[in-house]
Amino acid sequence: MSESRLNNEQQEFQEFCRRWLIENRPEPTKTPLPQAAYEVVDEDHRIYLCDWQAKCYEAELIATDLPKEYGGHGHTGLQQIASAEVRKAKVPYFINWIGLGMTVPTLLAHGSEEQKKTFLPPIFTAEHIWCQGFSEPGAGSDLASLQTSAEKQGDLWVINGSKVWTSLGHFAQWMLLLARNDKQNKYGGITYFLAPMDHPGITVNPIHKMTGESGFNEVFLDQVEIGDHLRVDEIGAGWKVAMSTLTNERGAGVGVGAVAGESPKLVMQQVIDLAKGTIRNGQSVWDDPIWRDRLIKMYERTEAAIQNARRSKVKALNGGAMRIPLQGKVTGSEISQELHHLALGILGLKSSLYTRDENAADDGKWALGYMNTYTGTISGGSSEIQRNILGERILGMPKTK
Amino acid sequence: MSQPKDFGFSEDISMLKETFARFLTDKKPINMLRPSLKGTEDPYHGSTRTGFYDEETWQQMVELGWHAVAVPEDNGGIGMGLVAAVALAEEIGQFALSTPLSATLQACFLLREIKSSAADQLLTDIAAGESAGLAIHGEQGSLETNSTDVTFADGTLTGTAWYVTDAQKLDHFIVAADSDNGVGLFRVARNQPGVSLHPDRIVDLTRDQAHLVFHEARAETLCEPGRGEHCLQAALPALLTLAAADIAGAAEWQLQTTAEYAKVRQQFDRPIGFFQAVKHPIVDMMIQTDETRSLVYNAACAFDYDKEDALRCAHLAKSNASDTASLSSQRSTQLHGGIGFTWEADIQIYHKRQIHSQFLFGDGTWQRKKLAELI
Repeated sequence: MSESRLNNEQQEFQEFCRRWLIENRPEPTKTPLPQAAYEVVDEDHRIYLCDWQAKCYEAELIATDLPKEYGGHGHTGLQQIASAEVRKAKVPYFINWIGLGMTVPTLLAHGSEEQKKTFLPPIFTAEHIWCQGFSEPGAGSDLASLQTSAEKQGDLWVINGSKVWTSLGHFAQWMLLLARNDKQNKYGGITYFLAPMDHPGITVNPIHKMTGESGFNEVFLDQVEIGDHLRVDEIGAGWKVAMSTLTNERGAGVGVGAVAGESPKLVMQQVIDLAKGTIRNGQSVWDDPIWRDRLIKMYERTEAAIQNARRSKVKALNGGAMRIPLQGKVTGSEISQELHHLALGILGLKSSLYTRDENAADDGKWALGYMNTYTGTISGGSSEIQRNILGERILGMPKTK
Repeated sequence: MSQPKDFGFSEDISMLKETFARFLTDKKPINMLRPSLKGTEDPYHGSTRTGFYDEETWQQMVELGWHAVAVPEDNGGIGMGLVAAVALAEEIGQFALSTPLSATLQACFLLREIKSSAADQLLTDIAAGESAGLAIHGEQGSLETNSTDVTFADGTLTGTAWYVTDAQKLDHFIVAADSDNGVGLFRVARNQPGVSLHPDRIVDLTRDQAHLVFHEARAETLCEPGRGEHCLQAALPALLTLAAADIAGAAEWQLQTTAEYAKVRQQFDRPIGFFQAVKHPIVDMMIQTDETRSLVYNAACAFDYDKEDALRCAHLAKSNASDTASLSSQRSTQLHGGIGFTWEADIQIYHKRQIHSQFLFGDGTWQRKKLAELI
């Protein structure tokens, strides 16, 4: 949709968003925010980010097109505009990215009327932070091998087991939980729950990443009792519901509010500038033809990612509705990793200086960012799993499993 | 100027592409290849033949108007832009079609930049069913616009034009020639006195190629000496994008054919596509092909709607496409195993077309060098 094709209401709303985002841009935090929403650990940052998200919700930039009875603002055709403007404005990210990006679309597709009315509004206002309880120590890429059990006792379910890599688990009020109700049935024996994190049987321990940061956790569930009204969809339908959650995690779903972050195009420009400004042996790295060729190859890929996104909306050219969107996760994460890796090469020995070193380039963000790109290539279905999905769903090759 | 979000891919163009694809599906051009290779010639030492070019198919295409898609309406053509031409080029690549159409589309976009009455006349002749192509390369195959080995003096051309694609299928050539006043562009006919055509023995079975030797060949001036480089440079984005579109189409065929083979070829009691060592490289073919396709549509749209940005977008497209040509071909042969290495498999036909295409108007490394100067 080009700007000239927006209707009057859309144009007005776009102008409103632009104005509002300039006028309401929050003051920077005292200590810098982490690079991504899944690394937030400081309480100060949490409060700051929750306030910011709540404010954006009040301004109708979040849940813009959703019905009022679910806490939405009841508009049509405006969410896309809000999301685009939020991304462009380079404002802080939304802390409740799991709630917005996964819980909301999952409940809209599979939740009961009651669940939608109860759970959606506090997600938008960031009153309830959500985390995702899918992975387990023994269930990573083979997610359906998960062992956390759900035993039905009257109207209650009793949950026992452990979850791992739980981003935001230390802040979360609620968890999207997959648990096994039937040990004999791998895929059909999983049920999907909404689990309250304040239950006394739940213990959350932080896990430290290779960067030294925290942000994710291991979670133990010991005799955790959950009411049957917190079950999503049918007993045993958990795998199907989880796939719908993951489709959203993997960038193919319909957003309800942009999670602001640095676009690959912006990072690419920063890396080119870094190459132009890094002088060794009297010439800039950019003037070295070998380096320039490597950089331009990535420039191609970042531009291709933008054109892919554009083409995915042109039915006659996209080769099927899911073909391009399903590539988004693997290409986006691999491009980001390679860009950061190039930045380390441009910096050479200087890339050894980390975040607290006064001589570090850009406060050590390239080394930190590079390590964090492995979050993208491993979590939410590793690049290898993504390639399985693409080979099977798009190209029709036999299932690896 | 800004581009439309849908790449300018209108209903009309969509229909054009579909009709053209249907026509080629019915023709099954690749099935014409094998009989065309029979004869006295030994194709194992390079082909000088015209591929599976079929004069009758070309005449039908002319009747349907596809040859004149990029000829302005004032010259009796359909007057569509590069987005439409690219839609055709992609299908030509997908079917590995042997045709004068690719060269003729290139000629149209160059002629449109010249804007002289002689250029208009050639466009009019194209609209009437004549074919034309470019003869602009020197022996080194350099892509710089002043690298011709032909000279123009006293109304005639002397010297040799190299690497003329599909020369045997074409009626006319636009020749770049140097002169006392700089490079100009000139029109000659294939069958005229002073022009001799020497077919090259080439790897690619789906095109032909030749060098044209001129000996005081009378030539009509299309573009005055001194202006030739400017016109070639102005048409360059179109030439690059058309070449990239052909690659994108052929890469899609390589992708689908290889994925299909991985579903049916059984080893270790399973279709080989079950194994990730086979599945993942095929997915990478798709990822790279999709990047190329998106960059191609973007480049075509930029040429039609945002000229300022057209050269950058075209270098992006051909750079990416050249690497796709290489990767898709390598993987398609490798993953077909022994059969992919044989003369009998169609895989080799596309592989050879792609490595030819990879170097037409410059490979990835050259495009990236040019691109770096623009950003």
